Amino acid sequence: MEYFNIFIKSVFIDNMIFAFFLGMCSYLAVSKTVKTSLGLGVAVTFVLLITVPVNYLIDKYLLGEGALTWISPSLADVDLSFLSLIMFIAVIAAIVQIVEMIVEKFSPALYNALGIFLPLIAVNCAVLGGSLFMQQREYSNIGEVSCFALGSGIGWLIAIVGIAAIRERLKYSAIPPALKGVGITFIITGLMGIAFMSFMGIKL
Amino acid sequence: MNSTRRKLITNPLGKDNPITVQVLGICSCLAVTAQLKPAVVMALSVTVVVALSNLIISLIRKSIPPRIRIIVQLVVVSSLVILVNQILMAFVYDVSKQLSVYVGLIITNCIVMGRLEAFAMSNKPWDSLLDGIGNGLGYGIILVILGFVRELFGRGSLWGYPVFEKIGLYNIGYENNGFIIMAPMALILVGIIIWIQRSKEQKSQ
Repeated sequence: MEYFNIFIKSVFIDNMIFAFFLGMCSYLAVSKTVKTSLGLGVAVTFVLLITVPVNYLIDKYLLGEGALTWISPSLADVDLSFLSLIMFIAVIAAIVQIVEMIVEKFSPALYNALGIFLPLIAVNCAVLGGSLFMQQREYSNIGEVSCFALGSGIGWLIAIVGIAAIRERLKYSAIPPALKGVGITFIITGLMGIAFMSFMGIKL
Repeated sequence: MNSTRRKLITNPLGKDNPITVQVLGICSCLAVTAQLKPAVVMALSVTVVVALSNLIISLIRKSIPPRIRIIVQLVVVSSLVILVNQILMAFVYDVSKQLSVYVGLIITNCIVMGRLEAFAMSNKPWDSLLDGIGNGLGYGIILVILGFVRELFGRGSLWGYPVFEKIGLYNIGYENNGFIIMAPMALILVGIIIWIQRSKEQKSQ
């Protein structure tokens, strides 16, 4: 039940885009059609689901305060958490590279669908943000972390597919010329964010 | 300083602004601007990181193998961000708490990576440094505008100083607009800034 709560919370209440504005750059750049945005959304979810648990293990057994006690008790007061930023981004970049190679080898169809998006993801704020929030919120075990990662990814997917669908329809609307494109996308994202704010009252 | 170099600094402030024109680095721009102080601190941090990473990458640009350049850039940027993060924690701890994960997210700020890819990899160190400063300030200017508007109308204060209370606006029935400090309103404000800027440009053409 706890896992389900974390999942729902990270999909709707702590939505990566509407509550924290993470991954806005690719969200704005790739949301022109539903099909490509679905591809990017799936890729982000996939990468989040792998990198966040891996970074959790690294944080727990290598970097956090007293994390090195499993090597020898004398290391109990070593705190390497200042290194976490560089470790997290290195892990993310490496995993994205590995995932790209594995997918290319074993599933060319999936590679063709995700291929162009994978390199973009290494520098997507939502992915690094997922790891940083994981560190900040102090989840107690890897199951919770995985649920959080999956939920955040799906929340991001819902957001980008939603805006892409709206933008496809917007082509036929009469928008002031200066507001066309990015401007109106910002305002609509804001309105969607207001809609998502209504989830905030839900107690889990 | 000749005119092309001066343009490196002045262009990003207006017609080539990283946020409103290139649409880069949106995440942090929206999240940290509920008050003026964190917005200014964030703007300065990003300026420092963009300028220095531009300089460093430009210095070593000839020895970076193109295939692994993203990793090299990430390592340089994240080392700088760790430095900035430690400095913020040491000197302005409360602001650093408010900024929370967004300091770390400077690493994936698209402005930083974008400038490295588009400018520093192919230009001389001095120009790159100026370009970095210009883009950092262009980003900062939008942050300060947003922080100013949102703190003034959302909380009735500026830099923590209660402006509206001092001039007695509450006595004549004014109330703070609590909605403007919520997350979605930041998006709408940026949309409006883009709208104003674009319509000005269209008029001048």
